[in-house]
Amino acid sequence: MATTEPWQKAEIPGPTKAFVIPKPEVLVSLIKKANHPILIVGHEAAEASNNGKLIDYIVRIAKAGKIPVVASGPSFKEIKKSINVSLMPVVEIANRIVDSSWNGIDGLGSHDLALFIAIPYYVEWLILSGIKHFSNVKTVSLDRFYQPHATWSFPNLNFKDWIKSLDAIIKGLEEK
Amino acid sequence: MAKKPLVLKIKELKTSLGEIKDFEISIGRILEEPWKEEFGPTPFPSVSELRSWDLKLLERYKPFYMPFCDVCCLCTMGKCDLTKDKKGACGLTMPAQQSRIVLLACCIGAATHTAHARHLVDHLIKKYGRNYPIDVGGTSIEVEAPIIRLVCGIRPKILGDLEEVLDYVEKEIVKMLSATHTGQEGSFIDFESKVFHAGMLDHTAMEVADIAQISAYGFPKADPEAPLVEIGFGVIDKSKPTILVIGHNVPSAISIVDYLEDNGLRDKVEVCGICCTAHDLSRYDPKAKIVGPISWQLRFIRSGIPDLIVVDEQCIRADALTEAQKIKAPLIATSEKNCLGLPDRTKDQPGDVIKDLVDGRIPGALILDHDKVGEIAIKTALLVAPNRAKFKAIPDIQGVIEGAKKCRKCNECSRACPNNLPIPKAMEEASNGSLKSLADLLDLCIGCGRCESACPENLPIHSFMETASEKKLKEEKFKIRAGRGAIQDIEIRHVGSPIVLGEIPGVIAFVGCANYAKSGREVAEMADEFAKRNYIIVSSGCAAMSMAMYKNDEGKTIYEIYPGAFDAGCVANVGSCVSNSHIAGAAIKIASIFARRKLRGNYEEIADYILNRVGAVGVGWGAMSQKAASIASGFWRLGIPVIVGPHGIKYRRMLLGRRENEEDWYVYDARTGDKVYVGPAPEHLFYSAESKEEAMVMIPKLCMRPNDTTKGRAIKLTHYIDLHKRIYGTLPEDIHLFVRTLADIPITVKEEVLEILKEKNWKEGVIPDPTILPRLIRRRKE
Repeated sequence: MATTEPWQKAEIPGPTKAFVIPKPEVLVSLIKKANHPILIVGHEAAEASNNGKLIDYIVRIAKAGKIPVVASGPSFKEIKKSINVSLMPVVEIANRIVDSSWNGIDGLGSHDLALFIAIPYYVEWLILSGIKHFSNVKTVSLDRFYQPHATWSFPNLNFKDWIKSLDAIIKGLEEK
Repeated sequence: MAKKPLVLKIKELKTSLGEIKDFEISIGRILEEPWKEEFGPTPFPSVSELRSWDLKLLERYKPFYMPFCDVCCLCTMGKCDLTKDKKGACGLTMPAQQSRIVLLACCIGAATHTAHARHLVDHLIKKYGRNYPIDVGGTSIEVEAPIIRLVCGIRPKILGDLEEVLDYVEKEIVKMLSATHTGQEGSFIDFESKVFHAGMLDHTAMEVADIAQISAYGFPKADPEAPLVEIGFGVIDKSKPTILVIGHNVPSAISIVDYLEDNGLRDKVEVCGICCTAHDLSRYDPKAKIVGPISWQLRFIRSGIPDLIVVDEQCIRADALTEAQKIKAPLIATSEKNCLGLPDRTKDQPGDVIKDLVDGRIPGALILDHDKVGEIAIKTALLVAPNRAKFKAIPDIQGVIEGAKKCRKCNECSRACPNNLPIPKAMEEASNGSLKSLADLLDLCIGCGRCESACPENLPIHSFMETASEKKLKEEKFKIRAGRGAIQDIEIRHVGSPIVLGEIPGVIAFVGCANYAKSGREVAEMADEFAKRNYIIVSSGCAAMSMAMYKNDEGKTIYEIYPGAFDAGCVANVGSCVSNSHIAGAAIKIASIFARRKLRGNYEEIADYILNRVGAVGVGWGAMSQKAASIASGFWRLGIPVIVGPHGIKYRRMLLGRRENEEDWYVYDARTGDKVYVGPAPEHLFYSAESKEEAMVMIPKLCMRPNDTTKGRAIKLTHYIDLHKRIYGTLPEDIHLFVRTLADIPITVKEEVLEILKEKNWKEGVIPDPTILPRLIRRRKE
């Protein structure tokens, strides 16, 4: 059952918590409305336990939404096999995202929507906190577990429902 | 040094003015000063005296805050919601609140080392006298206390000289702590400056502690060939009564081995340790065995091997007494800082205390006399051991299988686990008879036990993992080089030039705790990789232990493969947490001994030298504690970057440079006064890497310094490029920022790099005599 508790139960943030993404269509709409979104991918996408599947989903999301991708660690090398991707550690990218004068990962201006995936839960938790407090950039966690510091997050999902949601997002983004 | 009290006593004096009897006057202290070096500008600095240096660093390496919590709950006007730009009832903003928490953490860390140092100095003075000489390396070391000389401007010669240093450190820590009170400091940048100050104080206290114990206890004195000692679960001889010591402050543990020696019992009792007390005990007695790092506490206690547990201070599990009771082992607490609710039996006759412990009338005792601890611990262990028969608190295999069948797969354990380990899946397999997955988890486990607290079925999950790994644990037999202590002056002279010119690509210090995201194996792998690449590798604390607990194909640990000298391609274990001072000390000595910069109370100039010339990086891969925070901040103020592992992001603030902000990367050329662009070297001061691979690319990058010669820079770039290509499959996109002249480019990748330089419109620069201090410019242009 979907819940809105943080996955790691002690990670209680405070008064401002992420909206739960009620259905993938909401997220599709958010991405489509964004002026300059960015997809930030952590090193876990390339982990053997994901069997290359997550990389595949990331590539499909990026392609369908025409979203520039920045990846950290070995995920960069894997994603690069399929699409253009920038390399930057997550603390560095977050440090730039909070700077409204930054010209974006692609030099096309600052980003108004940042999507996160495949970052260790507690690392993403803090990265999202930094962005929440020190910028007006909207953030979305595409990971399986509820991230309270995001603007929007999935609830805690089982693997099957999560993949179903990612599929629906890709389908929605592919539709004109 | 130094200062001695002047006491004038007159028994009887008859003069024309009158008669004086039993007159005594004390006029404090007078300076008795054989040290000819003149004082620098900041002996015994208060925070404001080094503030301008701090602000220079913070201008380049700006704090990036990632609040752990949206609120402040430190006063009764709160809780206050500080989300975004909201202010608290006291007017404080979120950046200030975050930096305030960082300062609190660093004050806790600095206070911990300082109290440790004060206890040691008091104890050793009582035992050996104030005039006991400081000797950390005999004739191999002239600069015996580089941090104390630098910070305080004094040269300690005897144990008594260290008291004045601690007086200063204690006074300043109280000041820093007071700044965190509601309505004191309000600026985040000034909180950060105070963080640096707390770090510097911490390093000073650590140096006091370690040089005092090296001198008085005769630990290895800057010895590159300090003995190899045994480490691991499997090295403990279980046939003997076993005493386990845990903590950081070694006098009680030393009293145990002294008592054994004095009474001809050394071969009758096994003495082993966890965490830094184990390091320091093995420096005193190479026969003492190290069980492992801080995270080995639960697994070793529950194994039932210890017959008696002695705890001192720092990094000891708060439930150590409860865990000891589970295996029917008495516990002796020996520090006022960690009394564990036990009765104070310090003044009782040892025989009475032993009887009560052996009969189980008390689960443990507080004994605040180290000499008594030795006798009580040994006699108790000898009497308790036969009755205990190594009673353990872990189930047998069948017990694990039956227990696993009760698992509800509710995921509460995974959700409580810092590393989100897939425990339910392993439990499911265990319920079907396969314990392999449970066994595999133990290597990734930090030993916190949160899984057990969370389990609604009260299953002892950590114990299940231990049972599953029992065979592997028994085979844990490794070697670690005992902590060598300081770095010799001659070693500094030998490597000073190649380090400063960049020909030794860097000094990498693997330090800190064992809060790893993916096991200590990653530290061992990183250390091995960079030792092979001819970096100087130093280690300390739990990281030094983790590095020892893996073997190569020939069955050798990293300390058996690489020499212990401070030289290219070495792996030198300096010792316990307080021995971290020797790592900072080595950087300071490079400036002082090799470059002959004045040391005495000359902090800013030496830190400027290190920032611009000494390619050193600290790696706290499992950094967990407040002490680790203050140790890191001491390195930051010296201009030494620190990388922490993924969990280190929970320190909630990074100090990050922005390589694209060209204006941040100018220095003065001290020869001409010209401002010269030197690129982002080093790019960050405090950085959390998400993965080992990311750290392995960041480490060589953060070793670059503006002063590197073309040959040195080419060597450093070779490693940066090589690791970048191996891990990411590409040349670094920022390579043009680190190439100053064409001669910097490694010959093997020249064509590829030239292509990037062309793309980026690169222009040739100059290599300055770098400084960020205008006062160090030797000749100004009109």
